[in-house]
Amino acid sequence: MENTMKLHYEVDGDDFTRAGEASANVKKTLRKLGVAPEAIRKVAIALYEGEINMVIHAEGGYIDIEITPNKITMALCDKGKGIENVEQAMQEGYSTAPDEVRSLGFGAGMGLPNMKKYTDEMSVESTVGVGTNVYMTVFIQ
Amino acid sequence: MTIHDVKEILNCEILCGEDDCDQEIQTACGSDMMSDVLAFVKDQSILLTGLVNPQVIRTADMMDMLCVIFVRGKTPDEDMINLARQRGIVLMNTQLRMFSACGKLWENGLRGGPRE
Repeated sequence: MENTMKLHYEVDGDDFTRAGEASANVKKTLRKLGVAPEAIRKVAIALYEGEINMVIHAEGGYIDIEITPNKITMALCDKGKGIENVEQAMQEGYSTAPDEVRSLGFGAGMGLPNMKKYTDEMSVESTVGVGTNVYMTVFIQ
Repeated sequence: MTIHDVKEILNCEILCGEDDCDQEIQTACGSDMMSDVLAFVKDQSILLTGLVNPQVIRTADMMDMLCVIFVRGKTPDEDMINLARQRGIVLMNTQLRMFSACGKLWENGLRGGPRE
């Protein structure tokens, strides 16, 4: 398709301090492209939560972004331990994060709900022991 | 109210971004839980927190915040200060505790934002 920009990021699962680098980079790119601020905000928050999840729960993975004039699609893929019950994980406040993650300011069970809240479409494919793929779309008004 | 006014009210020390302190701020929020900041904050320009790690700066950046204030005299390390500098975020700290810091700002007319 014409006017499509693709971005790819590897997310390092061992480095909590760098989690969020990809999101910041995407945010900067969208700004340069002149995308509407509200759409940028939604993408930035959803992606950041996703990135944090990948580091906390899945030892990293990769992110693919596709930007067209109408929408931004995001695919976050990891080979982590998977989510046993996706429906339960989508509930606000449900968390399996260890205490050490809470002491870092995350793990309140708001990650996936936040990602859903800030995107127009979201789906989660997960297999225990294999990994998790999260697909999100934000439409540009 | 400007960031400079906030600095005076809370008797803050500026850690970086001293040239950006004339920016006008409308609302603020206080939280140690970054997940909640991402979930509930909208258009607040100042974050007060007792949490000190790089994700505080990244969260503030994602939310387009102008300034982060560390309460209880907490001080970020050089890496965090550099990250904030790169992102154009003002960092300050105050000796006040969270409750008192928020209370003083409220007393001076600053509010929490559209949800209130």
